[in-house]
Amino acid sequence: MAGGNGVTAQAVDHAFLAEVMASVPGDSRLGQCIQCGTCGGSCPSAADMDHTPRRLFAMVRAGMRAEVLGSNTPWMCVSCYYCAVRCPQEVHIPDVMYGLKSIAAREGRSPESAAPDFSRTFISNIVRYGRSYEVGLVARHYLRHFPTRIPGMAPAGIGMLASRRMVLRPHRIRDLRGLRAILGRAAELESGR
Amino acid sequence: MTRLLYYPGCSMSGTARGYASSLAAVAGPLGLDLHEVPDWNCCGASEYFSIGPLQGYALIARNLALAEREEGLDRTVVAPCSQCFVNLAKTARYLHTDPAFAGRVNDALAAGGLSCTPGAVDVRHLFEVIVHDVGMDTIRARVTHPLRGLRVAPYLGCLVTRPDSGERWREKEHPHAFDQMLEALGAEVVDYPPRTDCCGGHLSQISPSMGLEMLRRLLDAAARLDVDVIATLCPMCQMNVDLYQSEVNRRFRTRYHVPILFFTQLLGLAFGADAAALGIGSEVVSARAALAKIGVEVPEPEAPEPVAAGARPRKPRPGRGPELPMPRMPDPEEAEE
Amino acid sequence: MSAGQDGERIGVYVCHCGSNIAGKVDVAAVRDWAAERLGSHGVVLARDNKFMCSSTGQELIEQDIRELGLTRVVVAACSPHMHEKTFRAACARAGLNPYLCELVSIREQVSWVHSDQAAATAKAKAVVAGGVYRVAEHAPLEPIRVAINPTTLVVGGGIAGITTALELADAGFPVHLVEREPSIGGHMAQFDKTFPTLDCAACILTPKMNEVGTHPNITLHTWSEVTNVSGYVGSFQVTIRHRARYVNADLCTGCGICQEKCVERVVDEAYEAGLGYRKGIYMPFPQAIPKVPVLDREHCVYFEKGTCKACEKFCPTGAIDFTQEDDEVTVEVGNIVVATGFRLFDPRRVEPYGYGRLPNVFTSLEFERMSNAAGPTGGRIVLRDGVTEPRAVGIVHCVGSRDRNYNEYCSAICCMQSLKFAHLVREHTDADVYEFYIDIRAPGKAFDEFYQRVLEEGTVFVRGRVAEVTDALRFPDEAEHDGRLIVQVEDTLAGVQRRVPVDMVVLSAALEPPKDAYDVARRFGLSCSSEGWVIERHPKLDPVATMTEGIFAAGCALGPRDIPSSVANGAAASARILGRIYQGEMLLEPVRATVDEARCSGCKVCNDLCPYNAITFRADAGVSAVSPALCQGCGTCIAACPAGAMTGTGFSDDQVMAQIEGLLSASLAAPPAPVEVPTPEAVPA
Repeated sequence: MAGGNGVTAQAVDHAFLAEVMASVPGDSRLGQCIQCGTCGGSCPSAADMDHTPRRLFAMVRAGMRAEVLGSNTPWMCVSCYYCAVRCPQEVHIPDVMYGLKSIAAREGRSPESAAPDFSRTFISNIVRYGRSYEVGLVARHYLRHFPTRIPGMAPAGIGMLASRRMVLRPHRIRDLRGLRAILGRAAELESGR
Repeated sequence: MTRLLYYPGCSMSGTARGYASSLAAVAGPLGLDLHEVPDWNCCGASEYFSIGPLQGYALIARNLALAEREEGLDRTVVAPCSQCFVNLAKTARYLHTDPAFAGRVNDALAAGGLSCTPGAVDVRHLFEVIVHDVGMDTIRARVTHPLRGLRVAPYLGCLVTRPDSGERWREKEHPHAFDQMLEALGAEVVDYPPRTDCCGGHLSQISPSMGLEMLRRLLDAAARLDVDVIATLCPMCQMNVDLYQSEVNRRFRTRYHVPILFFTQLLGLAFGADAAALGIGSEVVSARAALAKIGVEVPEPEAPEPVAAGARPRKPRPGRGPELPMPRMPDPEEAEE
Repeated sequence: MSAGQDGERIGVYVCHCGSNIAGKVDVAAVRDWAAERLGSHGVVLARDNKFMCSSTGQELIEQDIRELGLTRVVVAACSPHMHEKTFRAACARAGLNPYLCELVSIREQVSWVHSDQAAATAKAKAVVAGGVYRVAEHAPLEPIRVAINPTTLVVGGGIAGITTALELADAGFPVHLVEREPSIGGHMAQFDKTFPTLDCAACILTPKMNEVGTHPNITLHTWSEVTNVSGYVGSFQVTIRHRARYVNADLCTGCGICQEKCVERVVDEAYEAGLGYRKGIYMPFPQAIPKVPVLDREHCVYFEKGTCKACEKFCPTGAIDFTQEDDEVTVEVGNIVVATGFRLFDPRRVEPYGYGRLPNVFTSLEFERMSNAAGPTGGRIVLRDGVTEPRAVGIVHCVGSRDRNYNEYCSAICCMQSLKFAHLVREHTDADVYEFYIDIRAPGKAFDEFYQRVLEEGTVFVRGRVAEVTDALRFPDEAEHDGRLIVQVEDTLAGVQRRVPVDMVVLSAALEPPKDAYDVARRFGLSCSSEGWVIERHPKLDPVATMTEGIFAAGCALGPRDIPSSVANGAAASARILGRIYQGEMLLEPVRATVDEARCSGCKVCNDLCPYNAITFRADAGVSAVSPALCQGCGTCIAACPAGAMTGTGFSDDQVMAQIEGLLSASLAAPPAPVEVPTPEAVPA
């Protein structure tokens, strides 16, 4: 390893780009990005991202694995697809964001954000019931991450319960065993088994 | 009657209960015969892809596989929720265009005794089916109680016209179909700039700084235009605007009071259905005062609501002299693709 | 039908093409194999050479013909597109009929497309054998001679067409110039200034337009279109449709009173790019050539309601003629130049930019008209209200260009045009100017210097493709910009999203082929790209010729380009044509289709299939006939003819069958090499 504070000669690590592209079905066309910034200009949540999507893609191509996987950018993506319909190179940007999130989540490199935990809670309910379970999700999520928001939200929440827009008992699908087998097999395939 | 497969999605029996009951009320008059996909499961929203993309796709594909097995129906799956629609449509598209992906998904499905045939089902959003298949003429013919005097912002949200709508929408960012539908109901429709902007999705729950900001933008635009209600076609948009409006007001020291109703609720009102039967009254931000304007009574009286805050709409500036002609907009028929 | 029976003496020459061929094909092995295995088919010698196309390579062939009495030659080298003429000429110099030479490609179709040397070598042997079997069936041919009519047709009266017409006319030859609009001048006539020198467009263009209008050798057909083309190089018959002007050009003095008195006011979508108005009877602009108005019957009170005739009442010379009808003339020409130009991309298609919805979003052509002193605003740069000067202007690059949703190509002129706009805004107003760009492409002479100048003038450059243009405010502190436009963009060099308030947005829209580009291509027998641009015979070495003999193209018909390139194209096309006119006649390849009239059933299948309109049906004899000068020898009709009545000179059934036999005999005899077959894309199970 070269010492000092200088920049050492280092070939670009193309493996990371390949890894990200492989995490998306079809051809994500990420390699064809021309860095025009249409995505970063269109993104409604860009202000809270630590890198714009465009810059994150440049970092992916530069092989900056740790910095990219530690970025909050994919977790701030709202999947609104403005970038996707406007991108002049037809890069499948939201799907690239999902791919980046899944790689980061697998390696436990997620940034400081409630997002990964929210996703995990959400899917644990699906595995448990086959349907989402809003009361369970909201209760657990707010208690853990936003306890101070609860007093303000309580009246609305009670109203929702009263009008049965929130249901205390989760709905369970019939063939839960089959669903879990499918998810289990998919998880195996995903981890390369 | 058009017989279609119907994938309700989890919200329809929860936060979007009013969407479900109003859809039930208008499906008959619109000639829609909806058959629920048996034993369907959650589409995973945008959460499953973030943790395990293949698991997320397999989860969604289970619904496509179940739909595919239904006999004697048009192989169209209709979803009333924009997130469900995008997830199902995207999965169907990738199954069709990426054989290796289809192989992996089918490998997973086989563990549950199911399989998917690429291209077997067509996924569409309920709103799009009503606009394109049922059509404005049918809608207009069913109107008995026009919503005359009701000022409505048509809010489509981000997903319905993109990206998996194929070539069904010529206009992906400024579609006019929602305006036309609401006008057919007799409502006064405003040109709502954020009509296809995102409501923030799950950001309201995981990142309030941005999630509530995105809602503030929607509410601000509605208040500027002085609308009575926002009309929506997505449970997530409805929940965010409705449930988090008070939190937006606290955070930004605003006094927005903009009710948001499902388009099916407005269809139902115009077709003469009872407000309670359409699930109206269960919204957090009450539409009672707004609907009273057009003589609709919403049960369970509540305390009077404050009037909408925000600027009045801008008046068009009067012509003053040598105006330059505006470019002519082509009719849909003569427009080129 | 084995070759060599007639005692032909065939020489085989295998080229290395440096390492282009020799890098993948064992050239010596092919040479030896040909000498040994094809001896029974008449091969008397086989040689190889590093570059057969070099003078030593050619001399080798000539020497062998003279000294060894070769009667046939096969050269295995590059594609016949490259060097067929070279080797035929070498044979001719040595006294051998050039059509007894066959060039087979072992470069484009062998060495460049295979990675396995053994397989490539085996394929090269088969290709050589095919050539040897085939050449034995060749017969001496003579080229077809056609006389060249010295008159030329130029289609399109923009700067490219004007240049061609003047060059030819000044050289003393007649020209028919056809223009669809009421006046010549094209898009250049709409501009105020031209980049990068800022010459006044009208000052440099109108003298040329006047020359065209008064030139004794130029017949001008404006308000006209070519409706039919028949014939072939040297002698085309062209039908030109003159749309009725309802004005007698012989009587009209161009005084403009009719225009003044006309009560119909119409948005001028053509010359004023939709930014201004014209009358129902009009000359598009004061310097129009010819100086004769046209009456637009779609917007004429008389034609709509049967009364008015104000123009007729006031015309001092009685030139208005409501009884005029469209008429057609047929002219004979030797060559044709297609200079049909471009149309502007319709930016309504890019919804987020708001053109057509937001009043103060303008197209590049609208801005050209606005900045023109003779335009609708008298050169004042103002908002759509016609009076307010903008405080800030945003110029958006790449609208509809470099975008897979619209056009993938770069429109070439927009960067420089946008820089020119920035300069003009700074010159005419106090407004701030923003250029929103992806890349600044300024590769022409003095182009980058102009970029420097615009930088110095204080224009703000933001590197980022604009995401959207909106009039909707997003944040409370944007209230001061109420009523303005906001350009939302990522400033990619700073890595942040920006919302830039401006009053006016100018969209530098892509150049697209004219709407009817495919129809034009079909009418003239041209090939065009999937977008609709005319395809050159060779993009580098033959940039103004087309695949059809006698038809040339110039200017933006070939693709987006600037004024200097269009002028260069126009001049180049005229030079090519002048060469032919001076020759008086030209030689055409004798490779042509011919009809065996006894076998032709007159079914006409071939008539519509011919891409060059070379086949006509002779009703008197009930058979189809091929025009030898129009036919390009493509073979479509031969393959299509159900009666086998079509044969190709130089492509006879015997010759083709012999070549196939040669190919197969060598492949079957070759050692079982792992022949490479490109794998088709994986098919879904």
